[in-house]
This record gives sequence, C-alpha cells and structure tokens, in this order.
Amino acid sequence: MLKKIIIFVFVTCFACFNTVFAAESGGMPQLNPEFWISQIFWLIITFGILFIVLTKVILPKISDNLETRKSQILENIETADKQKEESQKKIDEYEKIILDSKIKAKNYFNEARQKILEDINKKRNALEKDLDEEISSVENELSEFRNKSGEKINKIAAETSAELIKELIGEEVNSSSIAAIVEDQAKLNKERKDVV
Amino acid sequence: MASNPMYQFNVYRIGPEIKLGSVDISFTNASLFMVISSLAILIIFNLGAKKKTLIPDKLQLLSELSYTFVAKMISDTAGSKAKPYFSFIFSLFMFVLFCNMFGMIPYAFTVTSHIIVTFVLAAFIFIGVTIIGFIKHGLGYLKLFVPSGVPMVLLPLIVVIEIISYLSRPISLSVRLFANMMAGHTMMKVFGGFVISLGIVGGWLPLSFSVALTGLEILVAFLQAYVFAILTCIYLNDALNLHH
Repeated sequence: MLKKIIIFVFVTCFACFNTVFAAESGGMPQLNPEFWISQIFWLIITFGILFIVLTKVILPKISDNLETRKSQILENIETADKQKEESQKKIDEYEKIILDSKIKAKNYFNEARQKILEDINKKRNALEKDLDEEISSVENELSEFRNKSGEKINKIAAETSAELIKELIGEEVNSSSIAAIVEDQAKLNKERKDVV
Repeated sequence: MASNPMYQFNVYRIGPEIKLGSVDISFTNASLFMVISSLAILIIFNLGAKKKTLIPDKLQLLSELSYTFVAKMISDTAGSKAKPYFSFIFSLFMFVLFCNMFGMIPYAFTVTSHIIVTFVLAAFIFIGVTIIGFIKHGLGYLKLFVPSGVPMVLLPLIVVIEIISYLSRPISLSVRLFANMMAGHTMMKVFGGFVISLGIVGGWLPLSFSVALTGLEILVAFLQAYVFAILTCIYLNDALNLHH
C-alpha cells in the first residue's frame, strides 16, 4: 500500500513537471528587449537618487552617530577613571582620619592612665607619710613609755621590797640602799636578758 | 497562464506609456519595485540615523550594524584606500539586498532577476573600476595583465587569459546574480505549482519542500547581494592596490 502511494506520488510529480514545462512557451521574459531601456532608465534614476541621498544625508549621520558614541564612551571611561581615583583618595583620607583618631584615643587613654597613676602614687605617698609619722610618733611614745616604765618599776620594786622587808623584819631599812640593790638587780636582769 | 514558472518575470507597463523621443521609458512593475526598494532603504536608514541616542533602538542598531558590516567588508578586502567608495558600495549592497528580499514576497517582482538590470550595475562597476585603475596608475594599470613570476614562454598565453578574465568580469558578475535569482524563483514557482496540481493528497511533499526552499532562497538573496558587493570590493582592490 505504502509503495503504491509513493509510486503514485512520484508519477504524478513527473507528470506535473512535464505539464508545467510544456506550458512554458514564451521563453525567458528577461531576454525580451521591449522594456530594457525603461528598466535601465528607472534603474539609473532610483539607484542614483538612493546613492545621492545615502551619501549626502544618511551615511554622514550614521557615521557621526557612531563617532559621537565612541567619543562619549571614551569620555565616560575617562570620567569613571577620574572618579575612581577620587574615591581612592577619599578612602585614603578616611583611613588616615581613622588612624589619627585611633592614635589620639590611645594618647588620651595613656594620659588619663598616667594621671590616675600619678594621683594614686601621690595619695599613696601621702598615706605612707602619714602612716610613717604616726608609727614613729607611736614608737616614740612607746620608747618614752618604756624608759619611764623602767624607772617606775625600779621605784615600785624598791617601795614594795621596803614594805616587804618591814613586814618581814618589822624594822625600817634605809630606802636608799634598797633602791641601790634593786637597781643592781635590774641591771643584772637587763644584762642577762641582753646575753640571752 | 499563471502556472508558467517564467510568467513571474514578465515586465508590463503600469500607467501610461511614456516616450522619450522614440524610446519607451514607461513605468513598469520592475520600476515600481526599484522605487519600493530604494524608498524602503531610505526610510529605514533615515529613521535609523535620525535619533542620536547613546543606546540605540532597533532601527538605529540595524542601520549602524549594516554600516559597520559594509565598512568592515570594504576595509578587509580593499584596505583603507577604498574609503571614498564606501557610500557607493553601501548603496549597491543595500539596493541589491532589498531588491532580492522584496522579490521573496509572494507575487512581488524581483528586479535583480533581470539580466539587463544586473548587467547595467556590473558594467557600471567594471567601467568605474577600470577608470579608477587608469587614473591611479596610468598605463601602469596594464601590469594587472602581467602576473609576476611567470616564465617568458607562458607569458603571451597568460596575458591573453588575464585579459579575457578581466573583460568577462561584468558578465560573470551580472550573470551570477541574475541566474541565482531567476533559478531560485523558478524553482519555487515550480514547486508551488506541484502543490496545487497534487492537491490535498500529495501536495504536502512539495509544500514542505517549498517551505524549505523559501528559507534557502532568503539565504541566497542575502548571499548574492553580499557576493556582488564583495566582488566589487575585490575589483576595486585590484584597481587601488596594484600588486598582481
């Protein structure tokens, strides 16, 4: 069936081809010189007008347009470069400012620290001075007291020993001799202590 | 009548008969399509050149791309000396391209499918290039026919061949374009006729072939315009930079 259809198609194609070319009787109209002059005439007129208008009016405009676009693009690239440089400059400035302010802040911090340290030192010194004074005055008082207490002890010892002797013996002893003895004893004690 | 594939190339008078002396220069369908093509080129490129925006719109982009395309074609084949002839080659390329493309519209007339039109264009190019060659190089332009590095024995033969090939340039240039356009359009017409005669049963095969052929013909329309322009550039190159 398929083969039959294909054969039919080819046969009809061939038949049509033959009839189509059989219908051709006049030959090529291109070789008929009846309108040659007219075609040449109109070709010269239309092509001439086309050529003149394109040359004088349209093509200069297009080339102008292309040129201006080229120059404008170049200009834009230039300005872009300039702006890039400017922005780089500004970035540098900004970084410088930030660096400066950082240094300043550090300085302020250091100054404040120095001040506080000085303050602390001053206060500490003053405090230490006060303390030293107080300690020395207390020590003075103590040493004074100690010195005084030694004499007093001796006196008290002499008195108590005189009283004791009076009670024991019932007789009054010369107080000055007692005092001398006590003093000797105290000296001995002291020496002993020193030796120890 | 319409089934004749050559019928589409018939030229007929539109409007009254115009006579210049004894010569018939009536306005024909061929003239109509020349006018339409030229007007289309002028309108499109004028619109494309009108606005001067930094970022082009579609028409502007089209015109600028065509401009750079043709400019690059000329500078690649004929060098920087060919710059004064840019506008002529641009017009030529656009004219042939638009005539070819308008011919692709069904029932339209293809101006470039007539040997007389292409031959006039080619003859004009040939004469122009020859004149430019003689102006630039004087009689030295005849050195074009004497290639360097050819043995003395072969020289007479080579010179004859060179002269024949030079003189056949306008014929080859015009016949190439004309034959391509005529053959393509005839073939499309023939396959279109098959679609009608085979009807709904067998018409699909030639129809699909016709569709493919239309694409091919659009390619050929562009390609032949390009070839026409680039051959003009090559001839111009011979005339401007003589180093054969």
